Amino acid sequence: MSFREARRDSALCLSLEGAWTARRVGALEPALLALDFSGLGQLEIDCRNLATLDLSGAWLLYDLEQRATTAGLAVSYRDARPATVRLVAQTLSHDGESAIAQLERPLQPFTALGRNVIDRWQAALNGLAFLGETALRFSRGFLEPRIWRPISIARHVYETGIHAIPIVALIAFLISVIIAYMGAQQLQKFGADIFVVDLVTVGVLRELGVLLTAIIVAGRSGSAFAAEIGAMRLNQEVDALKATGVEPIEVLILPRWIGLVIALPLLTVIADAVGVLGGALLCHYLLDMPLVQYFQRVEEAVAAFTFWAGLVKAPVFALLIAASGTYRGLQVRGSSRELGRLTTVAVVQSIFLVILADALFAVLFMEMGI
Amino acid sequence: MTQPAIEAKGIVNQFGAQRVHDGLDLTVLSGEIFGIVGGSGSGKSVLLKTILGLRRPQAGEVRIEGTDITRLDDAALRELKTIYGVTFQAGALFSSLTVLQNVQLPMLEHLELGERALHELAMLKVRLVGLPADAAQKYPAQLSGGMIKRAALARALALDPRLLFLDEPTSGLDPIGAAAFDELLVGLQRELALTVVMTTHDLDSIFRTCNRVGVIVDRKLVSGDLASIAANPHPWIRAYFHGDRARRFGAGHGA
Repeated sequence: MSFREARRDSALCLSLEGAWTARRVGALEPALLALDFSGLGQLEIDCRNLATLDLSGAWLLYDLEQRATTAGLAVSYRDARPATVRLVAQTLSHDGESAIAQLERPLQPFTALGRNVIDRWQAALNGLAFLGETALRFSRGFLEPRIWRPISIARHVYETGIHAIPIVALIAFLISVIIAYMGAQQLQKFGADIFVVDLVTVGVLRELGVLLTAIIVAGRSGSAFAAEIGAMRLNQEVDALKATGVEPIEVLILPRWIGLVIALPLLTVIADAVGVLGGALLCHYLLDMPLVQYFQRVEEAVAAFTFWAGLVKAPVFALLIAASGTYRGLQVRGSSRELGRLTTVAVVQSIFLVILADALFAVLFMEMGI
Repeated sequence: MTQPAIEAKGIVNQFGAQRVHDGLDLTVLSGEIFGIVGGSGSGKSVLLKTILGLRRPQAGEVRIEGTDITRLDDAALRELKTIYGVTFQAGALFSSLTVLQNVQLPMLEHLELGERALHELAMLKVRLVGLPADAAQKYPAQLSGGMIKRAALARALALDPRLLFLDEPTSGLDPIGAAAFDELLVGLQRELALTVVMTTHDLDSIFRTCNRVGVIVDRKLVSGDLASIAANPHPWIRAYFHGDRARRFGAGHGA
């Protein structure tokens, strides 16, 4: 204990000793709060044996003074009131707490609902405005091809496309192996081994090749777009572009969109090829199927449109990924947490949109009878 | 005064082949405001990092209140870090926390406080640096440059340090804002008996606040009171204190 109590009639005398510092506040505060002021008329504080008193210690004394005064006690010091206590009193004298109370008041349920609806509506409008502006800028490129910035586009094709080839190829290979293996297990029971080929080629070409490629690219490039543009926003680089008279949509958004629309179909072609080859290898080694037979069957199984039915989805997926990545990046404001949050949103949203679009394509193709 | 607050001897800092400090000596007395001046790239920030124990020098020793920090292990160094507070050039406030939470972070790490004391003490520090109470709930992105500097100072003061290190505290502030910050600093230094070490480029700020100045020239520190430094014949120091910028102080400060 760093103080001693002495009671005389209605007076309480506290002699403080030792160090009253930030480190000791945790121990001292409960002891001071436990003091019982009932039946007392006077509080005397004796600081003569006090070794050190820092600002946190001074706050303890100030707080004690306040509570004693509220309880109706007269507070006095044995010699002088320490200067640091005076500083605390001075600092806290004008009451500013009301401002916080206002801020901290929770929103009423209806207010919260209303604000939420307005926020969502606003966000939807902003998203539309972004899409519209980008489309407008893009179409202006037909008159002024300079707007399309080929060098920048090439860089994005390189980064989102060429760099992704190894991982896309590996995943396509593995997925075709999985399908072939699972299909073989079931189909062998019926002696219908040959249909493994149909399963692999149609599955990879129509659906899995493009879908998995899009999902990998969403994870790689969707996040990269959001983080890159978001960091540029935090760094005021986007403002600097605007101030230089360069339109950010033109230099930051369009090249990424166009680059990805070029890169994703190319990646899909690679994924398709590797998938079909992977199926061939597995059929050869697992089912002892001659390679010639495999490729003959591939030709029979695949209709003219099977390959195109998969590939046509790629540019659409690319647009969805690029749009959500860049849009979320531009939304970053203020803090590094926003950057992390919006990068996550960009990836999750683009994967969701890709899968949703794939489902719509499936329905559409079925209606069209393909 | 029994011992200097900070005493560095023979500091050598080297990056690859480039020697930034070569046998640099520094003494900071308790209760003074010491300004470190030097050209861009002269190693002010490196020197500050060395004193803070964030960087071990290639040679030399740094004593803070008598303890040689270049030989401390991690645990002892962590303990030492509670006796000083630091502000960084751009504020370095944690952008995902409010001002109040920024101030509370060191307290939560190093002190065992109840909810009430935590809030009240953090609030006290926020008010102490002259921020309005409603600024406490704001995020750094919502603050002006001057308020960020003040919030950073509040965080540096969170543990009631005896030593305060400021890296370019007035850079990026307008002259009036800088003067107000200097006034705050001098006031706090006097009231709390702090020892302050600051790096700066701001000549006005030096004349308003510093008791003594150290200038980094030729990889060493030349230190002394303002008058003796201003009279130093070294060309860089002459250019710094007697350039066009500085001339207007001639009359006012007798430098």
